[in-house]
Amino acid sequence: MYRPIRFIPDDTKVRFMLWSRYGYFASGIACLASILLFVFVGLNYGVDFKGGTVFVIRTEQPANLDELRSKVNSLGFGEAELQEYGTGGHEVLIRLPTIEGGEDVQRDVQTKVKEILGTGVEYLSIEVVGPKVSGELAEWSIFAVLIAIIGILIYIWFRFEWQFAIATVMSLLHDVLLSIGFFVLIRIEFNLQIIAALLTIVGYSLNDTVVVFDRIREYLRKYKQMPLADLIDFSVNSVLPRTLLTAVTTLLALISLYIFGGEVLKGFTLAMIWGVCVATYSSIFSAASLLALLGVNRDAIQIGGTAQEEKAKASPKPAAKASGKPAPARP
Amino acid sequence: MLYFSRWKVLAILASIVVGIAFALPNVLTKDMQDKLREYTILRPLTLGLDLQGGSNVLMEVDRKELINTLIVQQMGDVRAVLREARIGYKLNRTPTGVAVQITDAADTDKANQVLRNLTQPLDTGLFGTGVASHIFSLQRTGQQFVFSFNDAGLEARVSQAVDQSLAIIDKRVNGTGIAEVSIQRQGKDRIAVQLPGVGDPDQVVKMIGQTAKLTFQLVCESQPAAATDNPPPDCAAYPMKAENAQAQTQPVIMWVQTSSAATVDGADLNNASSGFDSRTNEPIVSFKFNQKGALRFGKLTADNVGKPFAIILDQQIISAPRINEPILGGTGQISGNFTVEEANSLAIVLRSGALPARLIAVEQRTVGPSLGSDSIRAGAIASVIALIAVMCFMLIAYGLFGIFANVALIVNLILLIGIMSVAGFTLTLPGIAGIVLTMGIAVDSNVLVYERIREEWRHGRSAFNAIETGFRAALATVLDSNITSFIAAVVLFGVGSGPVRGFAIAHAIGIITTVFTAFTVTRLIVFWWVRTAKPKEVPL
Repeated sequence: MYRPIRFIPDDTKVRFMLWSRYGYFASGIACLASILLFVFVGLNYGVDFKGGTVFVIRTEQPANLDELRSKVNSLGFGEAELQEYGTGGHEVLIRLPTIEGGEDVQRDVQTKVKEILGTGVEYLSIEVVGPKVSGELAEWSIFAVLIAIIGILIYIWFRFEWQFAIATVMSLLHDVLLSIGFFVLIRIEFNLQIIAALLTIVGYSLNDTVVVFDRIREYLRKYKQMPLADLIDFSVNSVLPRTLLTAVTTLLALISLYIFGGEVLKGFTLAMIWGVCVATYSSIFSAASLLALLGVNRDAIQIGGTAQEEKAKASPKPAAKASGKPAPARP
Repeated sequence: MLYFSRWKVLAILASIVVGIAFALPNVLTKDMQDKLREYTILRPLTLGLDLQGGSNVLMEVDRKELINTLIVQQMGDVRAVLREARIGYKLNRTPTGVAVQITDAADTDKANQVLRNLTQPLDTGLFGTGVASHIFSLQRTGQQFVFSFNDAGLEARVSQAVDQSLAIIDKRVNGTGIAEVSIQRQGKDRIAVQLPGVGDPDQVVKMIGQTAKLTFQLVCESQPAAATDNPPPDCAAYPMKAENAQAQTQPVIMWVQTSSAATVDGADLNNASSGFDSRTNEPIVSFKFNQKGALRFGKLTADNVGKPFAIILDQQIISAPRINEPILGGTGQISGNFTVEEANSLAIVLRSGALPARLIAVEQRTVGPSLGSDSIRAGAIASVIALIAVMCFMLIAYGLFGIFANVALIVNLILLIGIMSVAGFTLTLPGIAGIVLTMGIAVDSNVLVYERIREEWRHGRSAFNAIETGFRAALATVLDSNITSFIAAVVLFGVGSGPVRGFAIAHAIGIITTVFTAFTVTRLIVFWWVRTAKPKEVPL
């Protein structure tokens, strides 16, 4: 019979709690750097939030960026940003800022650009976002991320203890901050797709954290005498194969999407790939160890867990339970 | 945990069969799809405009114009009632309404009475009381009366304008022959218009947004010497439509009479169509008045033979022909350097009636058909490769149980696509990303269960017991972890629009089908395997 390959060895005993102080340090620096990057460099806001017009064109001849740029700039709509789109050399993305004169005149930009670029150009997509809509989209997006975090906070609070909720939100903020820092660094176009990615990262990060917390809560009920730090280490090690394997399958899907999914989705997928890595890191190194810093009210956990405790007693269980140590492994 | 009653097994299998049926239309030919759609609720996935190509336009009611129209109307009403009551007055426009100065103090009370009547209640709809909401409220200080619009009244008017515009836009778009257009109200002052297959929406957007207020007004006897001259009383300055775009920057200004006696409103049109002038072969628009309009138009032309009258569309004079003879039949034609397309759309907008105010395109996103089909191809390739990669990985990592997981994954995807198809949710490119992401995350439920089973097995339980306990312990976690992801997806659905909302839908439904398959399909397969193979060890 086929024996599956173990990618992650069994019974890892990594002392994550010991590592966590370096983890805090690294995360702290990274978060600070992200904030500084965000404040002093700033995100590369796309048309969704800044307003303006974006064209993606395909030219018959290989595109000459300089020529296109001088043509578009001659219209006097402000400095055009041009970049190659995809790898073919025939496709170019042209971004023009919002022009003066209110909502009314924004659509004039495309008419004029089409006129000056003439024939031999195919317009793959044109997006015009007026100043009012872009402002609203930005407000809504911030609102969305906040609402999602608050909603999740409430859920975790109901489901676990408040310490878990705080630790969750801290690691969420960590993931969001590091993602934003990354977006600033690689100059990714920050648009609605990236907001979608950010919210999905929030969901994924939580998913990871909740799995670890579920296990911690279970062990808190099971191993009443074990010191919290050991218990957390034990929990994180127990779910480590799951955490890493799930990250791998998710990354497999995302990387296929990044390579084969076309130019439009590149930003979204890249953001997601980074987010999954950060979320995996934080669920292993920081979320659980934060719990050790906050402390856990073991009595509350015991009361909440009585029903399950009874069930656990009814079924045969490892003899090691009473000794407060994990059961010996099957050879 | 590993026991399934007969009816439960049947229910699970039935839901899978239904899921397959729901997803089926996506792999059928176009003809079969149409047949199915006709007789059943089965239909293929609805593709978003970013995949099929087309234009998404968000139009907003031009408040400035609406306010202006309301104030001008109010000024006209004030003039009319005061004139009728023979009260001397001076009228001034304010930014928020109209100020009236009564000349003779003795008339003030009488003026108060007639002016009060003008703050008519606004019909606020089914549940509105209609008492509190006047568009204009009246304030009196001595001999001065000031009408100013209030916010509640204005909001109600804007909302009303959107409702009226929806029907009119619908007629206008229908006139163009573009298929499957969707026109939806969005928020309190916006209308979202989806134009599938339209790669160059300029003409359509212009036509949709145009107020199309047409009037026929007599031209004043005196005309300006310079463009900046002030028109005499009861006259107003309008620019003349130029022959070409260059001349448009310095248009000719013409003075036109504004009194209602010299005006015929285009709202009284019955029909309009485009055609060609039989002599000059120039594109024209022919129109026909209804009875009331025909009478007024007949009288106006009969009284003013030999004089020019202006045809004014949206504050611009299209042409100002001389009245050669009374036009009594109620029909006429407009010519004014139109292109064929212009004449066509003018006929359409005149037929569908005037908007209460202009609509401005505040957001417009167009995807050409070639980018759309590129995206579909890329999305399909990426999905297949992602699926193969994930399935291979699961096979390598979990062997037999990996096969179980892969079967569950396929069922999961079929259910996801089936639900999206039958519910009519739109598949966008980010939606495809949501489906691919579901593949990656869906197997997480299997990973959770399998790792747990393995742990229990290694800790000394029997195979059956380990599997049983593994499922029980892990499925609680599956539920917990997916609910958090679901919260994020729902928030995204609530605030997102267009393509991003497509992602949120695919992701959210993917989470639901994932939890469903984890609790039913995976468990059922393992249950059958345990029952038939009676394993002594866990092959993990």
